Amino acid sequence: MTEPTLFELSSPGRTGMTFPEPDVPRFDLPEAGLLRDDLPLPELAEVDVVRHYMALSRYNYSVDGGFYPLGSCTMKYNPKINEDTCRLPGFLFTHPLQPIETVQGNLMLMYQLQEWLKEISGFAAVTLQPAAGAHGEFTGVLMMRAYHKARGDSKRVKMLVPDSAHGTNPASAGMLGMTVKVIPSDARGNVDLQALKAECDDTVVGLMLTNPNTLGLFDENLEEVIRLVRECGGLMYGDGANLNALLGIVRPGDLGFDVMHFNLHKTFSVPHGGGGPGSGPVGVSERLADFLPAPQVAILEPAIGDTPPLYGFVTPKHSIGRMKAFHGHFGGGLVRAYTYIAMHGAEGLKDVSQYAVLNANYLAARLRGTYKIPYDRICMHEFVMEGRVEGSDVRALDISKRLMDYNFHPPTNYFPLIVHEALMIEPTETENKDTLDRFADALLAIAEEARTNPEVVKNAPHNTPFGRMDEVKAARELVLCCWLPEGYESSR
Amino acid sequence: MSTFLSTLKYAKTDEWFDPATGKVGISDYAQDQLSDIVFMEITVSVGDEVQAGTQIASVESVKAASEVLAPVSGKVVAINEDLPNNPETINSDPYGAWFIQIEGGDPANLLDAAEYEKHCQERAH
Repeated sequence: MTEPTLFELSSPGRTGMTFPEPDVPRFDLPEAGLLRDDLPLPELAEVDVVRHYMALSRYNYSVDGGFYPLGSCTMKYNPKINEDTCRLPGFLFTHPLQPIETVQGNLMLMYQLQEWLKEISGFAAVTLQPAAGAHGEFTGVLMMRAYHKARGDSKRVKMLVPDSAHGTNPASAGMLGMTVKVIPSDARGNVDLQALKAECDDTVVGLMLTNPNTLGLFDENLEEVIRLVRECGGLMYGDGANLNALLGIVRPGDLGFDVMHFNLHKTFSVPHGGGGPGSGPVGVSERLADFLPAPQVAILEPAIGDTPPLYGFVTPKHSIGRMKAFHGHFGGGLVRAYTYIAMHGAEGLKDVSQYAVLNANYLAARLRGTYKIPYDRICMHEFVMEGRVEGSDVRALDISKRLMDYNFHPPTNYFPLIVHEALMIEPTETENKDTLDRFADALLAIAEEARTNPEVVKNAPHNTPFGRMDEVKAARELVLCCWLPEGYESSR
Repeated sequence: MSTFLSTLKYAKTDEWFDPATGKVGISDYAQDQLSDIVFMEITVSVGDEVQAGTQIASVESVKAASEVLAPVSGKVVAINEDLPNNPETINSDPYGAWFIQIEGGDPANLLDAAEYEKHCQERAH
């Protein structure tokens, strides 16, 4: 069953290509140790390589292959028209160092995307530079720090982060040397206002709120949370990873947030998983607009008559500087997101969120009699239930593995940490009722198996190319190299 | 079923403190919830003054990464230097796998074994 590695498939002298006769004189390299001859690269024919990667791709599970309810990740189906637009030659064959006069189309698209994201979120300005969500957070927190510093307020070192936030929030603040104070949730899954009040003082940089939070709940105290943070001089950071629940319904900028990152790869249908590439633009309120990264896309000369405007780059007055070598993930992220927004329009985007919320609530309604939902109220685009069954000792991990036998990707497990044996389920709006029903039926069947035949759940998966992986061994005995360079053992 | 030792005092955040020796570790309940621990790191050094509730270590299992907090305030007089090389002993022997030793710690605010067991049961339902 195991596909051999390219190194194992290698055969000395086998080759995938023939070099043409050189059209320049041959020249012997100096014997100065410039080249090494001990690098054991695999030797293969083209057909060997193609079959190898085809075999590996069949082990993969993708959103094009089936339902992928991985909570917090918004694994929606990505429309194929995005693939057409991002491969248009005018986008594909451009270079970020070209003179702006030769890439006006690209710049116009970036400018329009900035405008649309502003309209969707209610913010005053947007940067497209950050490479992914966490990079966007880091950018946002840098601007918060720069804002306080510009006011001469150097006392502020404390970032407040609710325990229902994404794990990247405290990490982003921590990377900037801030002290992170975790604010607990109350019994309804909202930010605990008493605990928040106790932390609000003149050392607060701000509060990083994931809303809807990782329980899939819209914070019922949101206005009060924002008021408390503002009252003590802090800024409000919004984690926009869960924006898929809010499009066309509520705008974080209107609510009083100062900064928020978008995950174009979640909300706006850019393929993701496997490490990227993501795209994490950041929107800011008026008071942070001057601190945005540079360069920003702007209109340098307005349109006159039939002459279109001249698009180019500007540097905001107190810019925190560059966050990336160039202008963001242009083709991979920005063009696809632009296409997605253009295809949906304002009403269509509102439908996206309404169906995402409807689908999550439908699944929760079908499952709550069998699985416990600890913070059980109307959810937004996702919900968290406990992956355990009355009268059985199976755990969330077992249920996740068993779902693979039913040909579904497992939900996110063991996150958020405030729910025991958490299974975090996000169906997204792109799934129809038949798919949702099949998934709910599978989870109900697994609950029955857990009671009557628990071994089949505990030893799952059975129908996948590989059975249960030894995650402990993988973590403790990490081997990333399939051959060891000479001398490796002795140099350890 | 998790084990609770009556000779130890417990923090609500699942650390144990031995009033007799000043040693600190994480409870059997905590290691069971975390499942197989694959990495641990002690973030304080001998001589440090630690405050109750501040981080002294982190543990990582295949499920989650978690901070370990000081159950009491006091001075760190020893750390278990072998533990990071053998983090699995936290699973196999949670009350033997001590993290650090704290001098002068006052356990008055900690739970006894029966109270802590109740605290664990409440969270499980």
